[in-house]
Amino acid sequence: MAQDEHKEHPKYMYIFLWLFILTAIEVGVAIPEYSTVIKATLLIGLACGKAFLVAAYFMHLKLEKRTLAVIVITPFLICVFLVIMLMPDLTSDNRHEGIEKPAEVVDTTAH
Amino acid sequence: MEQATTLEHTEDVYEPSLTPDSLGKLGMWIFLIGDTMSFGALLAAYAAIRAGAGVIGWVPPSDILGINLTAFMTFLLICSSVTMVKSLESIQKGNVSRMCTFLALTILGGVIFLGLQVYEWTHLIKHGLTLTGLPEHGLKGGAIAGSTLFGPTFYAITGFHGLHVTGGVIYLIVILIHGLRGRYTAEFNHEVEIVGLYWHFVDLIWIMVFTFIYLL
Repeated sequence: MAQDEHKEHPKYMYIFLWLFILTAIEVGVAIPEYSTVIKATLLIGLACGKAFLVAAYFMHLKLEKRTLAVIVITPFLICVFLVIMLMPDLTSDNRHEGIEKPAEVVDTTAH
Repeated sequence: MEQATTLEHTEDVYEPSLTPDSLGKLGMWIFLIGDTMSFGALLAAYAAIRAGAGVIGWVPPSDILGINLTAFMTFLLICSSVTMVKSLESIQKGNVSRMCTFLALTILGGVIFLGLQVYEWTHLIKHGLTLTGLPEHGLKGGAIAGSTLFGPTFYAITGFHGLHVTGGVIYLIVILIHGLRGRYTAEFNHEVEIVGLYWHFVDLIWIMVFTFIYLL
């Protein structure tokens, strides 16, 4: 947590410029229609790049102790893990079979 | 004598104890880590609901949400992050009036962001995107069909973020008032740094929300 005051502050305008350029690229990538997988990979990559710039330079993580950066990255990894663990269950076919059956029962009672 | 050298040695090995400055900063970081999990859970739930929409389908967000306005909102938050770091830089050099000016600009950025979000929400609600329904026609004119969970997930996530911006604006105003009363100097300014951490975090989360909710 010790502040390293002798370390020079990064040039914020360069970071701003990079964030602006990355946002413009993101919008450019998002508008045309093509493969969802490629689009998602590109967009998530760009977003992570922007998040890194904000955390490292604006939040001064680069100037802090390495331990803090490791602690901060952990919840992000846990979130990725959370998404991966939810996916197989929700995209399986069994789930929709289960949903359709009660709907048929409702139809017969209506007649 | 031997004891004294061992003591000196242990002081070198262990971390220095927390000072009021670093304690506040650590506290804010712990809060932000917890908050990351809240947003992470919301975004994971969104991803899961979207992937699980299956036969009903999920409306492409670009059919309902305007990207231009939100891209401008992203730009606005990035700008307010820059004014925030500039404010901290100013007070570290001992320039109080410059710090207050930049803080006021940061607050202005936050307030305009909130105004635009209110505008966007009222617009969407008028067009029929509610907690239970979807608009009849998309931005491109075509008919809209898909899971009605689009509305609640959208409002929950952007609303939770908007609440953070609101909290941030109030927090920044409090710090600005302290600043105007001359509380901060070149030596005493960790409170400005801590509010900065919060504000940049709100910006960072918006970068994620913009990508996952609006662009994907």
